[in-house]
Amino acid sequence: MKVLVPVKRVLDYNVKPRVKADGTGVDLANVKMSMNPFDEIAVEEAIRLKDKGVTEIVVVSIGEQKSQETLRTALAMGADRAILIVSEEKVEPLGVAKLLKAIVDEEKPDLVILGKQAIDDDNNQTGQMLAGLLGVGQATFASKVDLTATNVTVTREVDGGSETEELSLPAVITVDLRLNEPRYASLPNIMKAKSKPMANKTPADYGVDVTPRLTTLKVVEPPKRSGGVKVADVDELVAKLKAMGVAK
Amino acid sequence: MKTLVWVEHDGKTVKDATLAVVTAAAQLGEVHLLVAGQGVDAVAAEAAKIAGVGKVHVADDAAFAHALAENVAPLVVELMGHHDAFLAPATTHGKNIAPRVAALLDVMQISDILSVESEDTFTRPIYAGNAIATVQSKDAKKVITVRGTAFEKAATEGGSGAIEKVASTGGANADGGLSVFKGQEIAKSERPELTSAKIIVSGGRALGSSEQFHALIDPLADKLGAGVGASRAAVDAGYAPNDYQVGQTGKIVAPEVYVAVGISGAIQHLAGMKDSKTIIAINKDEDAPIFQVADLGLVGDLFKILPELTEKL
Ligand SMILES: Cc1cc2nc3c(=O)[nH]c(=O)nc-3n(C[C@H](O)[C@H](O)[C@H](O)COP(=O)(O)OP(=O)(O)OC[C@H]3O[C@@H](n4cnc5c(N)ncnc54)[C@H](O)[C@@H]3O)c2cc1C
Ligand SMILES: Cc1cc2nc3c(=O)[nH]c(=O)nc-3n(C[C@H](O)[C@H](O)[C@H](O)COP(=O)(O)OP(=O)(O)OC[C@H]3O[C@@H](n4cnc5c(N)ncnc54)[C@H](O)[C@@H]3O)c2cc1C
Repeated sequence: MKVLVPVKRVLDYNVKPRVKADGTGVDLANVKMSMNPFDEIAVEEAIRLKDKGVTEIVVVSIGEQKSQETLRTALAMGADRAILIVSEEKVEPLGVAKLLKAIVDEEKPDLVILGKQAIDDDNNQTGQMLAGLLGVGQATFASKVDLTATNVTVTREVDGGSETEELSLPAVITVDLRLNEPRYASLPNIMKAKSKPMANKTPADYGVDVTPRLTTLKVVEPPKRSGGVKVADVDELVAKLKAMGVAK
Repeated sequence: MKTLVWVEHDGKTVKDATLAVVTAAAQLGEVHLLVAGQGVDAVAAEAAKIAGVGKVHVADDAAFAHALAENVAPLVVELMGHHDAFLAPATTHGKNIAPRVAALLDVMQISDILSVESEDTFTRPIYAGNAIATVQSKDAKKVITVRGTAFEKAATEGGSGAIEKVASTGGANADGGLSVFKGQEIAKSERPELTSAKIIVSGGRALGSSEQFHALIDPLADKLGAGVGASRAAVDAGYAPNDYQVGQTGKIVAPEVYVAVGISGAIQHLAGMKDSKTIIAINKDEDAPIFQVADLGLVGDLFKILPELTEKL
């Protein structure tokens, strides 16, 4: 059984994003970039499914040339082979989903596992779009995945609790935070990953038009909140709460 | 412009999240609603009364009972033949359905909008709300999810929308059979829902255990008539269920008062609550980042402070 895992290179989650002074976006020059945390979870899940009949894990990234570092990380974690689609231009989720569909048509994976959202654009779209384009089932926000030869049962985190759905294969899953704890790659595995195959492609190779549909007119900082006052003790807090009408 | 709003409901009543979407849709043009489900006459009747609603399309079929995206998306696509914009709340169900609709219409979705600037221009948060982007869509039709805390809720009375059954729901084909709903576990709580609560008390990793979380946070919340939230660290450690999580990857809330107890104030947590009107923080570390956004801060040990506070309120 083959699994495809798309991984995205994003600003590291520990770095505080800074909006560029000219209002064109967030400054990504000389800041630490890492694999989107949800995608680490997706890679980890694919690796764990090797006990359940998964024989090959293909990782793919769409982005600038440096996204190959992100793919190497996935290979070091345990993926088998990588595809890099280089685009120095912005590719929106719809374009990403179309490229992924082209790869699925070629590779015929049984399962595609994505992150539920990328922490830069926070769109939360790509997996659902891909499932729509493929005409297959989708299980978003997965917190538990049970795979058999013909179908997959997924517990999903939803508002108010959880839901369970069964999908026939092939299917698309997007993962939530609590599905697993991703492993760190060991040094020997990082070395081994260097010789694993990585294909270099462009959107044109797949005949996909990735022209953006959205134009970013400007990017600004949100209104700043300033810290308020500290109270000395519980009595003062209670008095303030009463003054605000929160407590009687 | 004619808009179509997906109504979130539980089979009995319209969920609050829908009301903010109606307000956003009204800023674009005429508001039509879609109530899809099984045995949803009461929901449709309630939806028709929402102020500003022109028409309510009702699709009643077992295939729509659990809002499976695989079945709902083709229905929406059909209705989009005579609507210009599709809007859904940025809830887990809305986020599940809308991108599938967008892909089928070959439209790039605009996620989680904060404002409508014009018919094709919107603002939306990126990087966990650390930046706000203004984006313009070139697509002929729009697919949008709406952040509930960014728009006023439409009034639940005063409307008189015409109820219209959707002629073709695909009949036996409405259920594409791509996915099967197996069950759900929805937490029952007497407390207000997080996304509509006026006051929220949230606990963090510092609570230390599920027992202490409930023994300390719950009584304070009960005193204040508040909803209960949690940080990711508290949820991951099993102190609180997952749907309590507030933040970038949890719920986005903006109550009148948000009380953060033993929460450090990581940017991913702030992303979910920094639009609250008043933020109160209780933390033993006076340099905790949460104090940078708190209107009222109390430095000290929560295990001493909370019992005293609950008692004195
Ligand atoms: C060089 C460059 C600069 C950019 N600059 C900007 C900018 O300044 N402002 C802006 O708004 N956008 C920018 N983008 C576009 C942004 O990266 C896309 O919108 C993004 O690809 C999709 O949005 P998302 O990641 O939020 O999607 P989501 O739907 O949230 O992603 C969900 C999942 O889809 C998969 N996925 C998504 N994208 C990729 C990918 N590229 N490769 C592999 N898997 C993926 C991952 O598994 C991810 O977890 C830029 C892109 C590039 C390449
Ligand atoms: C991709 C990604 C997504 C994320 N999404 C979210 C999200 O949606 N929501 C979220 O909350 N987090 C999210 N996080 C996690 C986030 O980065 C933080 O790790 C998390 O918010 C920390 O939770 P905390 O504040 O409870 O714990 P900590 O950071 O450990 O803080 C505990 C605080 O309690 C204080 N304390 C300790 N003992 C006491 C005491 N006795 N009395 C008073 N105070 C005390 C400490 O001083 C400290 O400030 C995400 C992380 C990633 C990588």
